[in-house]
Order: sequence, then structure tokens, then C-alpha cells
Amino acid sequence: MRMLINVPETVVPDALRGIAAAHPELTVDVENRVIVRRDAPVAGQVALVSGGGSGHEPLHGGFVGPGMLAAACPGEVFTSPVPDQMVRAAAAVDSGEGVLFVVKNYTGDVLNFDMAAELAEDEGVQLAKVLVDDDIAVTDSLYTAGRRGTGATLFVEKIAGAAAEEGAPLERVESIARRVNDNARSFGVALSACTTPAKGSPTFDLPPGELELGIGIHGEPGRERRAMMTSREIADFTVHALLDDLPTSGPVIVLVNGMGATPLLELYGFNAEVQRVLAERRVAVARTLVGNYVTSLDMAGCSVTICQIDEELLRLWDAPVQTPALRWGR
Amino acid sequence: MLDARFFHRWMTAAAAAVDREAGRLTELDAAIGDADHGSNLQRGFTAVAAVLEQDAPDTPGAVLTLAGRRLISTVGGASGPLYGTLLRRTGKALGDAAEVTPAQLAEALDAGVAAVAQLGGAKAGDKTMLDALLPAAEALRESFAAARAAARQGALDTVGLLARKGRASYLGERSIGHQDPGATSSALLVATLAETAAGEAS
Repeated sequence: MRMLINVPETVVPDALRGIAAAHPELTVDVENRVIVRRDAPVAGQVALVSGGGSGHEPLHGGFVGPGMLAAACPGEVFTSPVPDQMVRAAAAVDSGEGVLFVVKNYTGDVLNFDMAAELAEDEGVQLAKVLVDDDIAVTDSLYTAGRRGTGATLFVEKIAGAAAEEGAPLERVESIARRVNDNARSFGVALSACTTPAKGSPTFDLPPGELELGIGIHGEPGRERRAMMTSREIADFTVHALLDDLPTSGPVIVLVNGMGATPLLELYGFNAEVQRVLAERRVAVARTLVGNYVTSLDMAGCSVTICQIDEELLRLWDAPVQTPALRWGR
Repeated sequence: MLDARFFHRWMTAAAAAVDREAGRLTELDAAIGDADHGSNLQRGFTAVAAVLEQDAPDTPGAVLTLAGRRLISTVGGASGPLYGTLLRRTGKALGDAAEVTPAQLAEALDAGVAAVAQLGGAKAGDKTMLDALLPAAEALRESFAAARAAARQGALDTVGLLARKGRASYLGERSIGHQDPGATSSALLVATLAETAAGEAS
């Protein structure tokens, strides 16, 4: 597999140097792997800190800036960051109003953020944590790792980030973040596996003419394999699955997300089908976002996230945001 | 009796074994996880070997505690906190004695394995590193060789299990038929312990 890299070992620091060069509005600590908005800490504001394995760009580093994250901690490819990174990020962004950790529900992320929270609290940072677990492809039970955090992460970071930017206290920012997650559901489909730099070959074997339903964002295989479906059929399957899990008449925000290697042309065509099914199911759509936001390296495919919102959440969604990947309202 | 040098040699041997087996661990992980277990542990144990070379602690407990902290700071993922906690808590249980007996190590390893179970919320049969570590800790009361064999068998037996924790759990039934990468690396860690002890004896 040909990749635009030097050696697999330096993929993450190489990218961080590139982010630093492209975005002078961010402070990028390449050695310690922390991306911070340049004006942090911002007096009177709660700070959102997130992080996770690399390979999902623009998540999370592309969401650092006014109105969204105060800092992001990129781990190795598909590997959660280490506690030292989150402790450093929390110290860099805490204005005294407290820090909210936004954690995708994966065993590694949860363990490392928990360890970091303990250490940061010892240093006097007031901390809260919200778990994102929106992926309905995973059976949720007491005896498993639970649902994965995927597309809803963008909704949580944008909406709670707007609340923090307005000066809401930590408890309020945390409860808004939780409300967004509780009302969001995602489902993903892969048309090809992805290739991690360390392995150099596809993470699973998907024969031509088949697709994988219910995939995550780490190249882990999905729950079910089927003969290739059309955009129309995938939208029917996906949206019905989402609405079965979260019966709603809306209004909703919709994210039609590319996994990394699917052209926008196809994503927009797919969005038309998604909107058709939502209309057939009489779900009111308030806003739609189409693009590659929560990716899985070079995987082809898509995911759909819906989030049921109210007036307040919609106002916060529409509030100004100024990050490398999301930018509006200013 | 086992002194700090013994534990240092164990960690060095573990680093070499992880280095040698990294490709195989990553292959196993690709089947039911995300294809990075080998490279993650390689990064961690290389850092452990380096820090022990630089700052050689003088008690068995301190060697394992330092190694554990280093893993937590360098590995990430679930394996960083889990392996880090295993070594750190085993080291803590050894206290500050200059030398320990194999029986004391077996007892300390029990504490380390219990801490892993608590942190990860897993139990025997969930298709995790515990499926190698629990039988190994038990068999270590008998001998190093018995611990090695028990860990190896435990790892092999994960093939038939349904994953209930970690990333492999997302696969549900499809996780059956694959050997767990975490149990495999745990068996490797126990094997290097037995090799280090055998080297000592000869």
C-alpha cells in the first residue's frame, strides 16, 4: 500500500508539525502532543479537552478553537493518548472555571482519561467528564465495553463548546454535553477496510462486491457483511436502524460523514437519499452537515449521525465557531 | 532469592520478546481489534528498557513500579494502563525488600492481576489478558515453568471464547475463532519471566 509518509513511526509528529505550520491560531506542542487554542486559558470560560487516537482527522485537533475545544490530545494512530497529555492540556487551558473531558467510549480512552482526571484533580483542576457512546451497531449491555463514540462527538464538542464560550458554568456545560450525547445515534458502513501505517495492509479483508455494516472508526470489522447495496438501499437501512433506536419526529441535526476515502460527490448523493428517508419517516431536519469529519484513515464508506435537538441546542449549534475544520458565524 | 537485577533482566527480556513478536501480535489484533497491539507494546517496552538502563532502581519492587509507570506514560490505548497497572501494583505489593522469594512474587502477582481485573472490569473467560494471567499467577505458586505453561494454554484457549471486553467485543459472535492478542502478549511476558528464572538457575 502506497502512503504519503516518511516512516510509520513519525506519522503523528509529522502531522502535528504540519498542523502548526498551517494554523498559527493554534499552539501545537509536537513533543508532548497537545494542541491548544492560542488564547488559552480564556478568563471566565470552562475549557473543553478531548483527545483520542490519531487517524480520525479532522477529529479532534481540527476542532480546537473559539466555540469548540480548548485543547486536543492526539494519540498514536487508533491508540488513545496517554494520561500525561491530558494532564498537560488541562493545566494549559484551565482558567479556574474547570475543565470538561470529552471522551469517546473505548476501553483505552476511558482508562487513560480516568487516570488523567485523577492526576489533574490532584493538581487542583476542577474536572468533569462526558462519555460519548452513540454507535447503535454495538450491542449495549453491562457485560460488554458498551457502545462506541463516533459521529456524535462532533455534536457534543460543538454544542457544549458553544455553551462554554458563552460563559456557562462547568455543571451546565457538562449537562448540555450529556444531553447532546443522550439524544444522538450513529451507524456506519464500510465499502473498504483501512490501512494503518504500522501494519501497511488492510485491517480486514473485504471482497469485491460486498460491504460491511455497523463498522467502527478503527478499521475493526463490522457486525455483518452483505452483498453491495446502492446508496438508496444503504440510506434506507441506516436511517431506519437509527430511528428504531431513537424514535423521534425531530427536529434533528444530521451529520452525513465520510470515512476518509469516499468522494464528496458520493456523500452528497447519499445525503439526498438520507433526507428522503427522513422525510418519509416524517422527521423534521433542522440542520445538515456533509463531509469528512470523523474519519478512519483511508476507509471508504460513510456514517450517519442524527441528534434530536431543542431550541437551546439549535441556538448553540448555530453559535459562532472558529476552528480549522468547522468555521461559521463570524 | 530474586533481586533487582533479576527483575531488570526480566524486563529487558520482555522488551526483546515483544520486539521479536510485535508483528504477530499486530496480526492477531488486526483480526479482532485495530492492528496496533504489537507496535504499542514495542514502544512501551523499549521505553521501559531505556529508563531501567538509565535509572537502575535497587529493589525488585522499585524496578516493576518504574516499569509500570513508564508503560502508562508511553503506550496509550487500553494496554498502557492495564500492563502499567499490572507491573506497578505487583511492584507495590513487593514492598521495598532488596530480595524476594518466588512465593512472594507469586503473591504480589496476584495483587497485580487483581488490580488489572478491577481497572478493566473483566473476569476470567471474557477473552482478555486475564485469561493468561489468572492461571499463570495460580501456577506460579508451583514453579516458573508451570506458570509459563498455564499462561500459554490460557492464551490458546481464548480462541473459542466470545469477547466481552475491549475492542474485540464489538464483533460479538465474530470474535470467536481468534486468539486474543492481549492474552498472547501476557503469555509472552510470563514466558520471559520463566526464561529469566531458568537462566538464573543454570
